[in-house]
Amino acid sequence: MKNFKNSKRSIVYVFFLAALVAGLFTSCEKAVAAKENPELMKVYGESEAEMTAPPMVPRPVGKRAATKLVVNMEVVEKEMEMSDGVTYVYWTFDGTVPGSFIRTRVGDEIEFHLKNHPDSKLPHNIDLHAVTGPGGGAESSFVAPGHEAVFTFKTMNPGLYVYHCATAPVGMHIANGMYGLILVEPEGGLEPVDKEYYVMQGDFYTEGENGERGLQAFSMDKAIDEDADYVVFNGKVGGLTGDNALTAKVGETVRLFVGNGGPNLVSSFHVIGEIFDKVYVEGGAMINENVQTTLIPAGGAAIVEFKVEVPGNLVLVDHSIFRAFNKGALGILKVEGEENEKVFGGKIEEKIYNPGTSVSEVAEETNDGEQVAEMSMADKMERGKQIYTQNCLACHQATGAGIPNAFPPLAESDYLNADVHRAIEVVKFGLTGEIEVNGNAYNSAMPKQNISDEDVAAVLTYVYNNWGNNKTEVTQKMVKEVK
Amino acid sequence: MKTLTRLAFCIAIMITSQAHSQSGSMVEVKGGEFIPLYGTKTEVPVKDFRMDVYPVTNAEFLKFVEENPRWRKSQVKKLFADDNYLRNWKNDLSFGDDMMPNSPVTNVSWFAAKNYCECQGKRLPTVDEWEYVAMANETSPDAREEKSYNQFILSWYETPNTYKNTIGNTFRNYWGVSDLHGLVWEWTSDFNSVMIGGESRQDSTGDNNLFCGGAAVGATDLMNYAAFMRYAFRGSMKAKYSIKNLGFRCVQDIEKSEL
Repeated sequence: MKNFKNSKRSIVYVFFLAALVAGLFTSCEKAVAAKENPELMKVYGESEAEMTAPPMVPRPVGKRAATKLVVNMEVVEKEMEMSDGVTYVYWTFDGTVPGSFIRTRVGDEIEFHLKNHPDSKLPHNIDLHAVTGPGGGAESSFVAPGHEAVFTFKTMNPGLYVYHCATAPVGMHIANGMYGLILVEPEGGLEPVDKEYYVMQGDFYTEGENGERGLQAFSMDKAIDEDADYVVFNGKVGGLTGDNALTAKVGETVRLFVGNGGPNLVSSFHVIGEIFDKVYVEGGAMINENVQTTLIPAGGAAIVEFKVEVPGNLVLVDHSIFRAFNKGALGILKVEGEENEKVFGGKIEEKIYNPGTSVSEVAEETNDGEQVAEMSMADKMERGKQIYTQNCLACHQATGAGIPNAFPPLAESDYLNADVHRAIEVVKFGLTGEIEVNGNAYNSAMPKQNISDEDVAAVLTYVYNNWGNNKTEVTQKMVKEVK
Repeated sequence: MKTLTRLAFCIAIMITSQAHSQSGSMVEVKGGEFIPLYGTKTEVPVKDFRMDVYPVTNAEFLKFVEENPRWRKSQVKKLFADDNYLRNWKNDLSFGDDMMPNSPVTNVSWFAAKNYCECQGKRLPTVDEWEYVAMANETSPDAREEKSYNQFILSWYETPNTYKNTIGNTFRNYWGVSDLHGLVWEWTSDFNSVMIGGESRQDSTGDNNLFCGGAAVGATDLMNYAAFMRYAFRGSMKAKYSIKNLGFRCVQDIEKSEL
């Protein structure tokens, strides 16, 4: 009986506590809502939005109050480079792919001026995912060539949002590069960091295959089949490599605003050599920590942050990895500063590992035993092409152009043409360390290729007899002699 | 009264320019029925008519403004043409040195184009008439299913500044009409009757049987993406707009003499 009474009392207590907690919560929520209801936020003054081309972003909003922000954006249709020797007629917001970065805070009143250049062939409009309202502004901003449309909206929800053109045929307008990011910062702004950059992925569909030179037309068939020829960051192959690489110093915290314009592909965004300390999942308020790869849907975005602790090149990729090494979705963040061996010791030793028997050794023995007849030149070229496609193409590319700053070119390659024995050695035994090819330094590793002497001869003959090289024919005998 | 005088004026002009309009040759298009982009099932009838072989040129339009001062750049009423009207012209009676006399006239409003045709005893084509003739390639009256036909049009839509080219340099189609694709957009009399709204993705929802734009799943003519772009372009127009890539040509009814 006593027990029952006790338990009854405790139940009452629990209820009381629960009610108290609930009361606290609801009143808290109310207080927050009253403070932050963006609709009721007063705007102070008026200013023109700072707009930046990728990979730069405008200054943070910081502690500024909500304001009336005038955004001026121009639609321009123009031919630009997609890859070395490949051009494409892009449709752009402000002349870049992605379009200018727009930075606002919650409660801002945006007066958006969309201008369509008189030279444009087509009408365009803009659908901003940050807009609460029909079409994200698409209908209100529909504008003929040589005209300007003005519409207004209030930023209601903080987050990182995609904007894009939504004129018929919508898919084609997006496929031609009409997308970008708009950031709505929360009240008080995002926490300050050392470096901020703007990166956006997109997939492109061309009449010619990847690497086919000249002005390439849009392929509607491939777009419908979602069979992309190029998957790139910031509008082109090499948009974030070489001179376009991002930079940071050891010890700095880097924030990337990453968007995906699509039109079709979802990005498995990853930075080789880093772990994201923070990810604003899908560009919203939820923060995940210690993330290796974050998914960015087409028409979506994410904010990723990480502190760079050691020097070196971090590689931004879509970890759907063939897109990175074969279609262009590869960027570099160059980190400079002092080595930190506590975090990364680097390679400290390399020695022979010999377990006694090895699969490849056995294979080599049988190869040595058999005397295979030398192939004809035509057979070598055909066989060589197959071997190249299977073993070499991923890094050195179908055109032998390589990838700037990562994989050296085989086309018109001075390094290759200078010494055939060295070339055989590289294929048979691999190569590490810095080399110079056509005036550029490369420092990466090529693994030993486990292929027969016959195949080494074929693939090298193929390489030497293509892309402006010196037409050396490599024989099995030459390969055998390199030991 | 004002309209009367205008009419009289037009008729006067018509008589004087008759010879000229004849030289700006026309061809006869045999009517028929076709399913345009926006129709779900119903076929649209098109009567026999004559169509200009080429779009109206700078030289022809210059003659028109010489004879019709109210369509001169400095005198045109703002209601009938926006600030871009004949924007590239040097002055009222000269189109400037970098423009060819036999390039299509552009930066003209719908009102100006309509009046031009009326003064020639002609009229602007309807969207249906225009689309009917424009679905032909060199050899077939309806080439919409052919890949090369669509490819040609799409690639033109992606080529900047074709308005600077001269007439007669694209293909002459089945009906003998030139430059419907590959040179400039062209005004139609009812350009705003089939709307691809600014929010094209919604056009396919609701009860209306227009299904233009993004949600093209219902279109009878899925491959004809180029046509979507034309309808979208027309949807963005207002009658007083004058656009750099937009010209026009005229058509004429065939009077059946019933004796």
